[in-house]
Amino acid sequence: MVSILEQPLAIPGGLRLASNKSQSLRTPVRQARLPERLIVPLSQHIGVPAEALVKPGDKVLKGQLIGRSTDYISAPVHAPTSGTITDVGDYPVPHPSGLNASCVVIIADGEDRAADTGLKIDQVLEADPADIRQQVRAAGIVGLGGAGFPSAVKLNPGPDRQVELLVINGAECEPFISCDEALMCCCTQEVVNGIRIMQHSLGAQQVVIGVEDNMPRAIDCLGKSLEACGANNIRIVPVPSLYPAGGEKQLIYALTGKEVPSQGLPADLGIVCHNVGTAAAISRALIDGEPLISRVVTVTGAGVAEPCNLEVRIGTPIADLIEDCGGYTQDIAHLLMGGPMMGISLASDNLPVIKTTNCLLAASQADIPPPKAASACIRCGECVEVCPAQLLPQQLYWHAHARDFDKVQDYNLFDCIECGCCAQVCPSHIPLVQYYRFAKTEIWDQERERQSSDIARQRHEFRLDRLEREKKALEERRAKAKKALNKPKAGDVDDKKAEIAAALERVKAKKAQQDANAKNIDGLSAEQQAKISEIDKRRAAQNTTTGE
Amino acid sequence: MLTAMLAIGILAACFGLLLGFSAIRFKVEGDPIADQVDAILPQTQCGQCTYAGCRPYAEAIAAGEAEINQCPPGGEATIQALADLLGVEPKPLNAEHGEHKEKRVAVIDEQICIGCTLCIQACPVDAILGAAKQMHTVIESECTGCDLCVPPCPVDCIDMVEVAQAIDSWKWPYPELAESSERA
Repeated sequence: MVSILEQPLAIPGGLRLASNKSQSLRTPVRQARLPERLIVPLSQHIGVPAEALVKPGDKVLKGQLIGRSTDYISAPVHAPTSGTITDVGDYPVPHPSGLNASCVVIIADGEDRAADTGLKIDQVLEADPADIRQQVRAAGIVGLGGAGFPSAVKLNPGPDRQVELLVINGAECEPFISCDEALMCCCTQEVVNGIRIMQHSLGAQQVVIGVEDNMPRAIDCLGKSLEACGANNIRIVPVPSLYPAGGEKQLIYALTGKEVPSQGLPADLGIVCHNVGTAAAISRALIDGEPLISRVVTVTGAGVAEPCNLEVRIGTPIADLIEDCGGYTQDIAHLLMGGPMMGISLASDNLPVIKTTNCLLAASQADIPPPKAASACIRCGECVEVCPAQLLPQQLYWHAHARDFDKVQDYNLFDCIECGCCAQVCPSHIPLVQYYRFAKTEIWDQERERQSSDIARQRHEFRLDRLEREKKALEERRAKAKKALNKPKAGDVDDKKAEIAAALERVKAKKAQQDANAKNIDGLSAEQQAKISEIDKRRAAQNTTTGE
Repeated sequence: MLTAMLAIGILAACFGLLLGFSAIRFKVEGDPIADQVDAILPQTQCGQCTYAGCRPYAEAIAAGEAEINQCPPGGEATIQALADLLGVEPKPLNAEHGEHKEKRVAVIDEQICIGCTLCIQACPVDAILGAAKQMHTVIESECTGCDLCVPPCPVDCIDMVEVAQAIDSWKWPYPELAESSERA
């Protein structure tokens, strides 16, 4: 039985970081300008990429399906505004590799005409949970906290699992990012509606919203809204602000004191965790009928003139968004998607905003100092103190450095959430997280290679089998042919004559049998019999004359 | 004296029977070491090791007839894994058998292909599709990049091309390279 603690716990490890959120929270959330050209990637989530349903020249409406999901763990993609498709092809996407991926390019017509999506459910709080999941899936909703896991999958814990507690993650712990806080203040009603839909869909008895204690305004807004709609079974718990308290497993520990097992899921404890942004997106889809085509993005850092939070259409080029916020200042040094701890560095601003873009950080040198040269590990143990997953970062580093991928997994590499606390405190400035990321992708690659070599082995063995079978069949045929050739030559003619005689004999016997069995000459009258004998006589006479 | 001899004799007979019984009852089918070696080999089936495929090479290694450094597609990683498995010292790849290359796949130029089926017969994993006097094509996902289809082609229409880097199989680089470039 999971219960919510009266007093939330402090997470193990973690760091107290300067929050740097106030600069983007000075103004309320506003709508971003609608760009002229939108680039919508077909893969903005964890899982199989969507499959494009449109081709260049097609006209689309806002909210129209342009990419359908092809697997259970996948999400569809919708047109963020009305316009014309100009291309379906590879464009740069925000990804650490800097590689291109399949995208749909739309030139907006400026009318922003909405399509009828059919996502609305009347009386949603009494609807069948399966229908709710179906519509959440159809709306392309993925976890908006940053991972982008399809939400419909998380709303389906399976028939043998009972969800006792729904945790709503509003503990936005990473510095600079304030999109969830802004959302909780500006769209409180949507967040609350979304939470109630999820609670109904999961059948969870308890719901708790975890919000960092340095967001009093968000806590106040949520409290008032919950009171207004009489949802007194939903609790708001302020958690101590400590990075990374907003990690899924960390937040669950802080709120319930329970640890999610290594490599397990919160569902193993009867808990499901969703982000506040996801809740708002679900409300928008199921109550207002709008699929996931926009989200709140924090644009901040000393490198941008007017830091703020904006409601941005998916597919908006980052350059347009920066322009909308007054452009770059002269302090701009790096552009990141995400925060300074876990964000990915972007090589250019010619990239689109995607479903998981929570923050664009135009950082100055002061915001993110350049990395210092790494020196040897001195085994001080600082990293162990701060690790929120209670791992041994120096051991992980040691084995990843030596490319010993078995050992690194023995130290539970895959429980690392890549929060960056260890690298932050490392006095030797070792880029620890980069080693863990390297080891993780290397292990995944080995796994893929092992699978493909297993397939190759099977195919090769099958081929050898087939060749063997064919060889045998050929040999049999040859042996048969040879046997036929090798039959004794002497008496050949006699044999054939005997065969012919036998055949004639058979024909005769058959004829005799037929005559004996002839039915049309049975029981004839005397007159008929006389006629037959007369005909027979004539025939015989004729035969003798022609014979002569 | 006699009792002792009798006792030893009976004991010896008992243990002999026990051993004989377990040799029959718990007999291991196949060659477990060759299986383990085969599981490590990349299954390219290219024959660069001079054996007719990965399985024969695995059996030769298990029998102690072949060295562990004859597999160019596997490269250092395979040699290391084999050395760990067999408890021997890893050796550098034997250059006689070729050098380690990034994974490639065969691509048939369909304009030039005359449909002679020679490549189909050469492919160790049946990854080429086609029939006599019909155009052939390679099933990319099944191709192991073994190069065996290239020499038999009478019109030279098969190219080995490097697999384009895909976003979902992209790997983070080893950080030391990043470090040294930062230092420079």
